[in-house]
Amino acid sequence: MTLLAADGISIAPSCYSRLTNHWICGSYLQDRSSDLVHATVQHLEITGVSIVLSIAIAFPLALLARRVPRLQGLILGTSTAIYTIPSLALFPLLVPFTGITATTVVIGLALYALTILVRSMLAGLVGVPAEVRESATGLGYGATRLLFRIELPLALPVMMAGLRVATVSTVALTTVGTLVSYGGLGNLIADGVQNDFKAELLAASVLCVVLAFALDALIVAAQWLITPWARRRSG
Amino acid sequence: MRVLRETWDYLTTWSHWHGADGIWTLLVQQLLLSVTALAVAVLIGLPIALWLGHLGRGGFVAINTSNIGRAVPTFALLAILVTLDHPGVATFGPYGRAGLATLIALSLFALPPIITNGYVAVDEVADEIKESARGMGMTGGQRFLRVELPLALPLVVSGVRLALVQVWATATIAALVAGPGLGSLITEGFYRTDYPKGIAAAIVVAVVAFLLELLGAAAERAVDPVRRAARETTTRKGGRTPVNVGG
Repeated sequence: MTLLAADGISIAPSCYSRLTNHWICGSYLQDRSSDLVHATVQHLEITGVSIVLSIAIAFPLALLARRVPRLQGLILGTSTAIYTIPSLALFPLLVPFTGITATTVVIGLALYALTILVRSMLAGLVGVPAEVRESATGLGYGATRLLFRIELPLALPVMMAGLRVATVSTVALTTVGTLVSYGGLGNLIADGVQNDFKAELLAASVLCVVLAFALDALIVAAQWLITPWARRRSG
Repeated sequence: MRVLRETWDYLTTWSHWHGADGIWTLLVQQLLLSVTALAVAVLIGLPIALWLGHLGRGGFVAINTSNIGRAVPTFALLAILVTLDHPGVATFGPYGRAGLATLIALSLFALPPIITNGYVAVDEVADEIKESARGMGMTGGQRFLRVELPLALPLVVSGVRLALVQVWATATIAALVAGPGLGSLITEGFYRTDYPKGIAAAIVVAVVAFLLELLGAAAERAVDPVRRAARETTTRKGGRTPVNVGG
């Protein structure tokens, strides 16, 4: 700790100030907890809405690609082509249409997650054995009931694996939204760089990683809950 | 839309491509940066991954590097590196301001796809093939160099290709910490509300990303000595979903 004896005031110097700049700083966490909470909430909101939007787009696309094999190449190709556009470039490309808003970030991130989600959903659906589908049809299952009662439950593990990858990557990518000032914890990271404020920088970065792993664990837990049959088989 | 017309005008104005801060200079800088970072990652990651794959051990490490790599935002890593006293924001050779920090961050970022694909490629070579090589009396080193490596090559190259496109994409993020490359035009355009400039740079970045993707696909096809065998390995892996991290 740096001693601030010059002005004669004998208060214990904080670990963050103009003169001291520590990477780890408890009093920063205390003093700015509202900033941190606010950024984390924004981060979660942007990530969550993006993933939900992405699922909403990916699911019909995967079903369509499954039904119409001729469209498969087009759907996979387009979503992969979007993926090659760098995120820092995708946000500017969206701005003429969506402006400097959170929508820009959400749409951008949703488009990114799309590649991973469409692929894994399609892989999951294709992986359902034909015999299983045939016997269900033989039992009188219609297309809808077949999809929701037989195909989806069987495809779930592969789909969930894709969802985990998409979610973890999206949490990391959300930080780049700081370009249009909707980056959640990324905003704090950008601020930390600009003001050379180490405690803020490290705290926001660590929170990002923690958030990614927490959401990942949440998805694993959700999968455990909604696939009781898999549990029975493995254990 | 006015912004789009102005963007077109920006792109077609010759002077914007020229000079020290011109699109062309920054493009070459970013390309050099990406290729260097990739080379470092390949030199460090590939031997480890291939050897672990040969031994059939360390799959846990190979898979977990990608999982952790995915969760760490490159932007955060870059920000921390830039704030350190070394390498800091200092100019580093032809890589520009914050060049060393950007190089380190990008190399680390390129490692997961290279390690994972390298490991899987060698590990996935069919057991019967490995066994027959052993039966022919080949030593471990011979089996690795003459049998496993050639068969693994297409998937190895596919990992490197994936890494290159991702590194190129992620290199733009360096601009968020005032680093080198085309991203600087994007951030400048935004911070000074000169959107056509930012959008123009974004288009250039996207076009190059697409070209790199095509180039990589061609390279992957070129190194494939036994296309059929290779296709079997990749389909068994369920295809290669590109996984971008913080790009």
